[in-house]
Amino acid sequence: MPGQRFGPAWFPGLVAAGLGICGLLLVVSGAREGGPWIALPEWMHRGWPALGVGSVLAGLLFYVVAADTLGFHITGVLLLTVWTRILGSSWRVALPVAVLASVAIHLSFYKALRIPLPWGVLEGWAF
Amino acid sequence: MSASVLAQALAQVFDPYVLWVILASAAFGLFVGAVPGLTATMATALLVPVTFFMEPVPAIASIVTATAMAIFAGDIPSCLLRMPGTPASAAYTDEAYAMTKKGQGELALGAGLVFSVIGGLFGTAVLIVAAPALAEIALKFSSFEYFWLVALGLLSAVFIAFSNPLKGIVSLLLGLLVASVGLDNPAGFPRFTFGNAELSGGLTLIPIMIGMFAVSEIIRSVSRIDQPWEMAQAKIGNVFRGMWGLTKRYRMPVLRGSALGTAIGVLPGAGADIAAWMSYAVSKKFSREPEKFGTGHVEGIIEAGASNNSALAGAWVPALVFGIPGDSITAIVIGVLYIKGLNPGPSIFMNNAVAIYAIFMVFILANLLMLPLGIAAIKSAKQLLRAPRGVLMPVILLFCIVGSFAINNSIFGVVLMLVFGLVAYLMEENGFPVAPAILGMVLGAMLEEHFIRAMIRADGNFIAFFERPIAAGLGLFTLVVVCVPLIRWMLRSRMRFPGGGTSP
Repeated sequence: MPGQRFGPAWFPGLVAAGLGICGLLLVVSGAREGGPWIALPEWMHRGWPALGVGSVLAGLLFYVVAADTLGFHITGVLLLTVWTRILGSSWRVALPVAVLASVAIHLSFYKALRIPLPWGVLEGWAF
Repeated sequence: MSASVLAQALAQVFDPYVLWVILASAAFGLFVGAVPGLTATMATALLVPVTFFMEPVPAIASIVTATAMAIFAGDIPSCLLRMPGTPASAAYTDEAYAMTKKGQGELALGAGLVFSVIGGLFGTAVLIVAAPALAEIALKFSSFEYFWLVALGLLSAVFIAFSNPLKGIVSLLLGLLVASVGLDNPAGFPRFTFGNAELSGGLTLIPIMIGMFAVSEIIRSVSRIDQPWEMAQAKIGNVFRGMWGLTKRYRMPVLRGSALGTAIGVLPGAGADIAAWMSYAVSKKFSREPEKFGTGHVEGIIEAGASNNSALAGAWVPALVFGIPGDSITAIVIGVLYIKGLNPGPSIFMNNAVAIYAIFMVFILANLLMLPLGIAAIKSAKQLLRAPRGVLMPVILLFCIVGSFAINNSIFGVVLMLVFGLVAYLMEENGFPVAPAILGMVLGAMLEEHFIRAMIRADGNFIAFFERPIAAGLGLFTLVVVCVPLIRWMLRSRMRFPGGGTSP
């Protein structure tokens, strides 16, 4: 902003300068220590944990994209079933857990706390 | 405080609904604390969406109770699984497990419980005495003093608590950058909004915290899903057996642990986990039998166990008086206080005296309740620890999604949660502490606002920051906090790196 010595750009500018300097120092100290540029965590080489973490991130992304169209209830049951299956439960555990947890969230958040969870394609059957 | 305020506060706490909330939160806290991978801060972040719709006193009471219980319950899997239930127990996990292996599991669990209660009550006493006294002084503070206080808080988070200050500074600056998003700056100018309405209000902190404290922990747990938990056998009868003897024998360690824990709690950015590490180290240093440490010796567990619970209450002192969080739990709590109209600051003790004294009472009640409920948790530890991770983590994840959504009823909250969850996971895996970032986010706006206000009052003259006596003192202290560790760190890294260097 003109005419003001400490305008809105001043604070983020200072932060950016600090980050630049620290970044440079980190690069220098990292280069001195040697070692590879990027080291993958050890769990990525084990199938099950890698699949699990992948499913967590993909599932969250899926919720962001799909929740408005599919609605909370379908997306929630779907995600919980997939996650519990991947993390080692049988269908006989995964399905009831998915349905019960979604119903519990429906009752507590939608009914009791009145959070407008999206219904999506189930709009016509909203209760 | 007058008798009528006290009576009103009592009536608020001993309301059946509030008592029910306290009991439910206690059970929740014990569970979260006892299951490795679920932390006390995570419990707080998950409670916020639920407390959103409560009255101020039950809302705060649920957080106070759940966190106190969780920090104690973190000791349980330390004894039985050799895994800390929360990071605050990590300092003495090996020690506690060694005791269980020696057949002293009952003693280790009992000591964890009894000295958690004593530490918690000590921290509470300091909170009750120190916070109102500090508020009296703070009433006279202007922007100069506040600027230094905030700066001191931010910098102590970086320099006192962590071994690598450079990574701490990066974390802090990232937090400050997040805080500068939106219209909420002294000039009222939209920054980093890219014309987006969601961004112009600034980034909502609760979904960010749910991401950083819950989602990142879940990612970490899932990445270890193939490592089974192996439970050590422990016969648990009367956990109080021998406690009186220990209390008498280790009076000094208990006192020292509680006092140091409270002090670490008061310091911004450092909470129960750092308090436990420091107290364990202090305990070993001053012990008459340091050679026994690490072989299943109860002394360190007593001192550090008292320390981490006392830190919880200590962290509320700067949070209530200045709005500066003492640890990551109170960083979340400050947001809740604003939502509930209990704006932190020195005048809170006059404007909201009833609520504040009710909160103090909840602290006492929660720590006393820890005795009976703690026994119940220890007795049912085997069942608690059998909760299957593969079911628990997905359910918590869905809960996180709904909680992040609920703050603004917007899917953008879920996006924030996902992004910051991943960022926090990557930061911690690479040795960047998360606490300074959280502190930067919470205090960024305050830092900038007080700086600009002070500059306007001083007409752009930097010397004014040192003209008032308290401001000058705080300013000098800030410089010391920055310079001393920095010089020490530089000397050390110069000594370490002359020829190729070794990793720390």
